[in-house]
Amino acid sequence: MEFLLNRYRNLTVLLVVIAAQLLLLAYQVKSNQDVRLVRVWAVTAVTPLARILEVVRRNTIGLAEDYFDLIHVRDDNTRVKKELDRLKMENQFLKTELSTADRAQALSAFQSRTPSRTIAARIIGNGTGMNSKDVLIDRGSASGVMRGMAVVTPDGIVGRVLASYPTASQVLLITDPTFAAGVISEKNRVHGTLKGIGQSKCIIDYVQNEEKVDVGEVFYTSGDDRVFPKGLPVGVATVVRQGKTFKEIYVVPAGTQNGLEEVLVVVEGIHQEIPDAQAVASTDMYIMPAPPGDKASNAPTTDQPGGTLTTDADRMRERYKKIGAAQGHKFGEGLPGAKPANFNLDPDTVKPPQPVPGPVSPAGNLAAPKPAVTNSTPAAPPVTKPPAAKLPETNGAPPGGIVPGGVRPQTASPAAGGTVNVAPKPVVPKVVKPVTAPLQASPNL
Amino acid sequence: MNEFSDRLLTEVPRRARKFKFRPATIFLVPLAAILFQVYLPRFFQYLGYLELPLLVTVYFALMRRQPIAGVFFGAGIGLAQDSLSPNQPLGMFGIVKTLVGYFAASVSMRFDVDNPLIQFVLGFFFFFFHQFFYWVLSRALLGLQLEFDPRQTFVLGLLNAAVAVPLFMLLDKMKE
Repeated sequence: MEFLLNRYRNLTVLLVVIAAQLLLLAYQVKSNQDVRLVRVWAVTAVTPLARILEVVRRNTIGLAEDYFDLIHVRDDNTRVKKELDRLKMENQFLKTELSTADRAQALSAFQSRTPSRTIAARIIGNGTGMNSKDVLIDRGSASGVMRGMAVVTPDGIVGRVLASYPTASQVLLITDPTFAAGVISEKNRVHGTLKGIGQSKCIIDYVQNEEKVDVGEVFYTSGDDRVFPKGLPVGVATVVRQGKTFKEIYVVPAGTQNGLEEVLVVVEGIHQEIPDAQAVASTDMYIMPAPPGDKASNAPTTDQPGGTLTTDADRMRERYKKIGAAQGHKFGEGLPGAKPANFNLDPDTVKPPQPVPGPVSPAGNLAAPKPAVTNSTPAAPPVTKPPAAKLPETNGAPPGGIVPGGVRPQTASPAAGGTVNVAPKPVVPKVVKPVTAPLQASPNL
Repeated sequence: MNEFSDRLLTEVPRRARKFKFRPATIFLVPLAAILFQVYLPRFFQYLGYLELPLLVTVYFALMRRQPIAGVFFGAGIGLAQDSLSPNQPLGMFGIVKTLVGYFAASVSMRFDVDNPLIQFVLGFFFFFFHQFFYWVLSRALLGLQLEFDPRQTFVLGLLNAAVAVPLFMLLDKMKE
């Protein structure tokens, strides 16, 4: 080294001096990125060396490290797989818990929303029969559950209590072939009887072929069966076709579609209104409410004698009968030309006639005008009511009383926790007040 | 080989013929050359074409005939010239004149630099080298897009070489 320095001393000094000046220059000058040139040179000089060193290291020491690392890979892989399986199970458990919490929240929301008094129950077992569709719930007579009570979920009806034991109850699902319940369609208010067929679908029987039912129409409980309060969703019609006598309507039950784990037992049912399908369908347009006068005149008045007057013709007929009875008029009697009764009187203020001595000319009775249909409502054909739902083992009033008209009875008040230990006395309504939905021309009428 | 060529190409390094200067001379002459380069072109613009610091560097390197001395001499004059150039980083003229001093001293060891013709040729050559290498450094290190006109450089080289011969004769008076 010393020899080289002595031999090339001049050149060495030259290089040193130039290098020093280059460093001085590089320290002053900045590149376009505002970085000093000396830094650029240093990085440019060092980076390739570092890259080469890294390549060398990777191909020598790195390989050795990889080898030693791979020794434990199998054990690590096994351990990680076990951990993954455990985490999967934990994840599944948490999902289940979350789903349970969601369902419980939905049940709680439904409980607070519905006017009926319900208690929550959990499905704890299934029936043993091959074709039977029944389940066991963890609420029994000790919790106030009694035979015949309705079992629902927020999505729809599920079934009814077939038998109640102290700690559990057996629930007959709506898909059971022996199940039946009264239903009514949402749009056209067509009554029918829901029956299970042992499959996931149900049928709605006893709907005349002349009735109008659309595919996709939602059915609700009608309350006719005295088990399910009116207004609970039942399902959606998926198949509607003409049958021999009645329509063949297949319904997908809404209450059992998402699986059954938690249900609500209706210990005290209250009828609700059935949602108006038109109002739901026309949410994007403004429809004025009906004039109050028309509504009052068109609304069915069940206060009239007879209780089921639904058309103007019926009301007019009742009016004439009342006026005629007040004046002693007998319809179908009297000859042509006889003096008719005064039918312009107010039926509420007309007084019974004084006893008139002597015979009354019968001719006047024949001149009595027939009650004319003045309303635009056409004369209704004879009402064809569907047969009542044949509920097996349902004799008389059900244990779970249903209060019509959405009025909660003031009788039984559960002690605590919404559980009814003593079944409320079934209240049989004297007059079933229909739901205050707008009057619609029903094909039944 | 004739007598002229023998005078030009000596077989042995001519260490015995190196000259010495007074320290004041070595200090004041380059300073005067730099002041000339800096100050006079303000009044006489055409004097800016003269590269007196370069000619002084060449002269002292030729006369000392020591590459190391030439290196430091060129570096000193170049850095001094850089320091008086406000828009130029230190080292540009320093590097170029360092190389000029080194090569001039190396050449002086092989040629008879006392010959005016040699001095003229060397003056022209080192001016051209100086200008060209400065242009290269400016582009390479500073990224400046300077123009290099060979024809103009050639003419200016002749001019500086023509000035170098009488200047060297004048500076010869200051030898010890």
